[in-house]
Amino acid sequence: MPLRLELRLERSRRLDYAVPVLSVLLALAVSGLLLLLTGTNPLSAYREMFTEAFGTSYGFAEVLVKATPLILCGLGVMIAFKMLFWNIGAEGQLHMGAWGATAVVMTGWDGSPWLMIPAMVIAGMICGALWGLVPAFLKVQLNCNEIITTLLLNYVAILWVAHFIYGPWKDPTSFGFPMTQQFPDGAQLLRFGDGRVHLGLAFALLAAVALYFLQEKSRWGFEVAVTGSNPTAADYAGMSSKRNILLVMLISGGLAGLAGMAEVSGIQLKLLKDISPHAAPYGYTAIIIAWLARRNPWGVVLVSILMGGLYVGGETVQITMKLPVNFVLIIQALILFFVLGGDILARYRLVYRSREVAVGG
Amino acid sequence: MSAPRVAVSMRGVTKRFPGVIANDSVDLELREGEIHTLLGENGAGKSTLMNVLTGIYLPDEGTITVGGEPVRFGSPKDAIDLGIGMVHQHFKLVPSHTVTENIVLGLGHGLAPVRLSEAEEKVAELSKRYGLKVDPAAHVWELSIGEQQRVEILKILYRGARILLLDEPTAVLTPQESEEFFVTLRSMREQGHSIVFISHKLDEVMAVSDRITVLRGGKNVGTVTTAETSPQALSNLMVGREIKFKTYPRPERKGDVVLELEGVNAVDDRGLPALKDVSFTVASGEILGFAGVAGNGQDELAQVMTGLRAVTAGRMTVDGRPMAGARARDFIDAGISYVPADRHGVATVGDMSLTHNSVLRRYREGEFGRGPLLNMVAASKYADRLIAEFDIKTPGRETAVRTLSGGNLQKVILAREMTTRHRLLVVMSATHGLDVGATEFVRETLNRHRQEGAAIVLISEDLEELLSLSDRIAVLHQGEIMGIVDAAAAEIETLGLMMAGERRAEAIA
Repeated sequence: MPLRLELRLERSRRLDYAVPVLSVLLALAVSGLLLLLTGTNPLSAYREMFTEAFGTSYGFAEVLVKATPLILCGLGVMIAFKMLFWNIGAEGQLHMGAWGATAVVMTGWDGSPWLMIPAMVIAGMICGALWGLVPAFLKVQLNCNEIITTLLLNYVAILWVAHFIYGPWKDPTSFGFPMTQQFPDGAQLLRFGDGRVHLGLAFALLAAVALYFLQEKSRWGFEVAVTGSNPTAADYAGMSSKRNILLVMLISGGLAGLAGMAEVSGIQLKLLKDISPHAAPYGYTAIIIAWLARRNPWGVVLVSILMGGLYVGGETVQITMKLPVNFVLIIQALILFFVLGGDILARYRLVYRSREVAVGG
Repeated sequence: MSAPRVAVSMRGVTKRFPGVIANDSVDLELREGEIHTLLGENGAGKSTLMNVLTGIYLPDEGTITVGGEPVRFGSPKDAIDLGIGMVHQHFKLVPSHTVTENIVLGLGHGLAPVRLSEAEEKVAELSKRYGLKVDPAAHVWELSIGEQQRVEILKILYRGARILLLDEPTAVLTPQESEEFFVTLRSMREQGHSIVFISHKLDEVMAVSDRITVLRGGKNVGTVTTAETSPQALSNLMVGREIKFKTYPRPERKGDVVLELEGVNAVDDRGLPALKDVSFTVASGEILGFAGVAGNGQDELAQVMTGLRAVTAGRMTVDGRPMAGARARDFIDAGISYVPADRHGVATVGDMSLTHNSVLRRYREGEFGRGPLLNMVAASKYADRLIAEFDIKTPGRETAVRTLSGGNLQKVILAREMTTRHRLLVVMSATHGLDVGATEFVRETLNRHRQEGAAIVLISEDLEELLSLSDRIAVLHQGEIMGIVDAAAAEIETLGLMMAGERRAEAIA
């Protein structure tokens, strides 16, 4: 092979940003080939997706609706990844947050939003945080692999929610559908404009600002960066890795929990199955977002909006062009595939050299 | 007499990295059946040259011939196919696998799998032929560092290497292991192998090599026959100036006791006793040296003194305050600086900037921000100050420290640990692997800090260093102190006996 990899002396900054962009383009190209195979013109499909998501005010509002939980979960996953704690449990933490917020409503309380919303935010964040704390605790105490524990706890959380909406919290007037009653007005997040954009978007943007300052300007952010880069050096510097793993998962789970709260209180207005889209759940998409965003909170916001566009555009072509629902999932998977592969190029460089014998001196 | 046959010839090899010329038109000739030392300061381009010869890096210019045939490597595998094998400083072994499994790893394929029993016989035979004593069925985690190195050498011999490149092989060995290792080297030479040996230790180089090539600043500044040169001449070639080794005057007066250990016990990572009933004191303005063969409790002692390892029994006080059971950050706050032996793995974060690394253990201090905030402007100023004061060679303070040479990295660590209000300085293998110039700088710095009243614990395997710097020398053997002697009156023979486990009464001056 004339092409070979050579270790770079320093990680390429330029490629750090080029790889995500190229990955998206490559993913679209490969998905386009798949579309061609099914007899669909990929260019018109993509144009339709794009204009629907970013060319209409209704579409863009929906993009922001999707981006809201994505930003929150993406930020949570990002900060955990930054410390090399592989939290792939945002989906479960989101469900527990939604459950916690709903529990506030289920007490029968029907009060002012000024009291109810903060109570639901706190309950949702605490439930998400505690759910995140379980794998962190198992890691710290027993060195359990967090990839497994966070993943498995997702199923537990989803079934936990299912138990309540099929059982004690089920609305008797729902004709058998597994869902709670609609939340009272005081438990609904304020919406803006004509669309469904709600106050959760402000929560998400605030969280991004907060995380930026935490990461870049605080001593604790420095600890997270050091621990993620060289855990032994973190011990040497007097940082407590155990304490930081617990803290980072409190934040990570809390943010995903807030996403769950915002979904039930801003969009669904009740607790039901599939508060996260079944084909491409927010909590899993957040993993792709965190990876594409290069551990940068603003990157998470940007990528989440693009991903939101993919959701909205995907829904559109599903209806207008009869494309299958899994189409969005395929594009997402390809993006992650290319970005993981492309990361090799940030560490190594591709050298073109012939293997032929050179002229001897 | 016919001219010796040439095994490898490198002509005009140039390798550039962004902003650096690592190898600048280097010529190197390796003859068949010779031990050829590659000598040079850190950053002189030795490792780069060897990486070119093993196909890890492609040269930008120049030609390589192996056995008279011009070659161009496409990958490390090509080098192996040509009989060139390298043993790196950091071993690449799988601890949970056996010696034989490690050796055959990557060989064979689905149609022709490696038969482990046959491989084991072949390993045993190679091991016998070259005097590389190691049990082919042992697991790598059970082996000492010296034995692991033998596995690495066996690995390349197994692949049929005729040309062996050894990157600072003695750096990890005890003096006894080094002696055994030289016997192996000579036996490999007798059997016609060509060996490139990278080392800093001039006495070893003089003892074992046939010819020596000195690199400086990426250039070959001379290839000499060992019999016709002297350590002094080599050292001059390496640094381009005269270097004098000296002993430092010890201060007459000593201050108050800073650190006191009384009957301290600790266990290692496997839970086995590592320190047994260790007692000593260090006073302000004093350097207490710790000698001992590697692995006799030095690591654990350094970790205990810096709060990174728990004390299982005994008492430790700093300035009279008990410290046992405290956390690492309490030790930092108590003014204990620590220069660990492992610069990359422990003392720095390679991917982070010099600025970040310069505040690695100080980021909690008020100087670098208020409350929970970290003031990067203050940190940057501090990093600039360290770069200027310690003459750190770096493109800038934002450079990732991973790219710095060993000597400059050690300067970053020393600068950080010494530019702080320290009461006690724990320094381990301070000059290990550093070139002559950097070594002198480190020793001067330690001496200056002693003069200024710091209490210093200096743990080293380099007896010359301990004798030149210490006030007193303690010897560790299997986790116990064999005795503490006055450095001015200490004899190397006595220290050697103590390192081998002989007890001496304390002879404190």
